[in-house]
Amino acid sequence: MKASWLKWAIPAAVVPVLLLLAYGFKTNPHDIPSPLLNRPAAAFSLTTFSGAPISLESLRGSVVVLNFWASWCVPACYDEAPALERTWREYKDKGVTVVGVDVQDKEEAAREFLAKFNHSFPNAPDPKGRVSVDYGVYGVPETFFIDRQGRVRFKVVGGLTDETARHHLDALLKEPS
Amino acid sequence: MRRGWAGAAAVIALTAVAAWAAPSTRPPSTGPVDEQVVHEVASQLRCVVCQSLSVADSPSETANQMRAIIRERLAAGENPEQVRAYFVAKYGDWILLSPPRSGFTLLVWVVPFVGLGIGLVLVAVAVRRWSRAPQAAAPSQIDPAVRERIRREMSQMDKP
Repeated sequence: MKASWLKWAIPAAVVPVLLLLAYGFKTNPHDIPSPLLNRPAAAFSLTTFSGAPISLESLRGSVVVLNFWASWCVPACYDEAPALERTWREYKDKGVTVVGVDVQDKEEAAREFLAKFNHSFPNAPDPKGRVSVDYGVYGVPETFFIDRQGRVRFKVVGGLTDETARHHLDALLKEPS
Repeated sequence: MRRGWAGAAAVIALTAVAAWAAPSTRPPSTGPVDEQVVHEVASQLRCVVCQSLSVADSPSETANQMRAIIRERLAAGENPEQVRAYFVAKYGDWILLSPPRSGFTLLVWVVPFVGLGIGLVLVAVAVRRWSRAPQAAAPSQIDPAVRERIRREMSQMDKP
């Protein structure tokens, strides 16, 4: 008598919770979907560490790799730094620009970081965090791939690898300009 | 026993209603860039580098910069709703500490109350069964032979 309703009530309560847990464990917590994908990338206008102005507008027509980093971001930013420089050297003559945006950093530490890795692509500080928020950045490193039309197409959270960079850039360069 | 359960259920229900009603009480704004409005918007936004802290409560540099952006946008003539919408456009609903009460995230608001309702019904059913069961079951269970023996031995006990 008592068991008749318990027989279905317990599974009815437990099964949905188990399904929800199973779903939660299968999803990657780093995969917070960005609402910016396939939308026009936010305009920015910064001054690089070498004093040159750089803006998204001036890069229109080329594929842009926009990398957010900081010298205090250990170890991910240090791990990806050589791959960024290699990507820049491999793709700069194919219509790709790599731009580094330094987030919440001390200038001296940032310059040391750039010197350590011999970065030759443009890097600029974002002193008020405006560009970071415009790109919905919630941690470093994060890298955005912007196509020739100026739309955000891919977002990589965490350290960038040569393979990932090549994979996204080859896809974007194949598209008609 | 039954009164105890009912009291506990009432406390749970009242707490839930209070929690539901609390966020809708907003402090009145007094100026174009009222710090209280900045605080109010900031308290609805998740600090992106923290664990479970709002932009208003976090001492981090990121939260500080986000508060500056809120202040700037309010000063430029945007209303609190537009400022909130700007952050949602950049970060998605994830940035809101309270998920919107519409679409899929409406479930987050509704399911706890549905669960509470089902739980209360189950408790009520269980309590009714427990309080009724002993009276109905007890008398008919005794073997007539045993009863006869008890009666006999009891009457013998009375004799000196």
